[in-house]
Amino acid sequence: MQTTPLHDIHVGLGARMMEFAGFDMPVHYGSIIEEHHAVRKAAGMFDVSHMGEVFASGPNAEAFIQQLVTNNVTQLVDGQALYTVMCRPDGGIIDDLLVYRIREGFYMLVVNASNIATDFAWMQENNSAGAELGDFSDQMGLIAVQGPAAMEVVSRVAGFDLTGLPFYRFMRPEPGAFMDCEKIILSHTGYTGEPGLEIYCEAERAAEIWSAVAAAGESDGLRPTGLGCRDTLRLEAGYCLYGNDLTGDTNPLEAGLGWLVKLEAGDFIGRDALVKAKADGLTRRLVAFTVEGRGIPRAGCEIVGPDGTIIGNVTSGTQSPTLGIGIGMGYVRNEPEFRKPGSEIGIQVRNKVLPAVVRRPPLHK
Amino acid sequence: MNFPAELRYTKDHEWVRVSEDGSSATVGITDFAQNELGDIVYVDIDTVGDDVGKDDVFGTVEAVKTVSELFMPVSGTVAEFNEALEGSPELVNDDPYGEGWMIRIDLSEASELDDLLTAEAYAEMTG
Repeated sequence: MQTTPLHDIHVGLGARMMEFAGFDMPVHYGSIIEEHHAVRKAAGMFDVSHMGEVFASGPNAEAFIQQLVTNNVTQLVDGQALYTVMCRPDGGIIDDLLVYRIREGFYMLVVNASNIATDFAWMQENNSAGAELGDFSDQMGLIAVQGPAAMEVVSRVAGFDLTGLPFYRFMRPEPGAFMDCEKIILSHTGYTGEPGLEIYCEAERAAEIWSAVAAAGESDGLRPTGLGCRDTLRLEAGYCLYGNDLTGDTNPLEAGLGWLVKLEAGDFIGRDALVKAKADGLTRRLVAFTVEGRGIPRAGCEIVGPDGTIIGNVTSGTQSPTLGIGIGMGYVRNEPEFRKPGSEIGIQVRNKVLPAVVRRPPLHK
Repeated sequence: MNFPAELRYTKDHEWVRVSEDGSSATVGITDFAQNELGDIVYVDIDTVGDDVGKDDVFGTVEAVKTVSELFMPVSGTVAEFNEALEGSPELVNDDPYGEGWMIRIDLSEASELDDLLTAEAYAEMTG
């Protein structure tokens, strides 16, 4: 099993460790629920060094990415990040990813840990534009500091103000300007529904940065937070998880990610299939829902309509620590009475049908 | 890890406290089990009043990320559910052998109690 540069720290903190995407990762450091509340009310710090970083460079880097992903990267300015997906020719999602425009002809693509090898192979196979590609996943650490206090805590570590950094913008301090680091990216992005910074660093500097952030944030209530609450936080926020809500068998339109698909911005892999899917009409849609009453939906549970017929499946489900009720996401038949917010649906959990209501995320607000 | 000596245990990580007259037993999950599960958010038991056989499922316990079935340590009628768990499932984490008890069983095969593990044997199994 692979480990991140912060593995020893997690073990030292007594984390409950679990295999995730081939990495030995912390699930929690004592309580998923307490860590969840810390991120909503103060701040948490996640080791997400298992994520993959691929760099694309050269004069054709932009053209390469533009035909690879569904969103329009030509709109990006230096220091801006973009959420997107990349698809197969049939429109199925290979992965969701972030594209960082560092400067003209130099981009970082951040992909899911479980997909690093297949994504990088796919990129190499579909590089007729001739970008230079490098997988630097093993050489980089990534710490996500998330929560209302996160920007201030990291500003204190940095010694300069980051609170004004807009969402989906990032900065690269000069060498030596952030904890004597040679290379660093501070990005206002995240997966929790809270403001925060994701700190990309060289793997060998990750432990020092982790410790500095932990010390700087202690008085604010910042604490180490594991993948357990990362999942409950993202689900409350309504963010998709690849492997659950997004797979090779789902296209971005039915996943509610049509806002990432820029059909007018030129050709990309999967464009024809998505044009056709749109013209033919979508058969199902991803919805978020809350359970009314007791019971917790889980991935794989069937979703039923008011008359009890099966209309879909749950792809993610948990107990919401913020709301104290079951929440989830799943695909339902693309009919207004099932997919519109306010629609009443049922979740089959063992021998019971839990009444649930379709909601527009975020669910926790 | 705390395994009170006066209780009996199962390999499924439940504990059993037999009443003084030997006719009924209180059941919960062990300190080891609650620690493995993490924050417990739901205890779902809908077998109250039912006769349930040894090793059959009497309910489920859910942590944030997981669902686990609960098995009858001995045969009997599920006489009572700890209703405090409806509003406060975290009692199972905080006090697994006390306030976090789950059900009371009216025993139908008291001889099955002999098959349960002692605290010592259970501690050895989880060790």
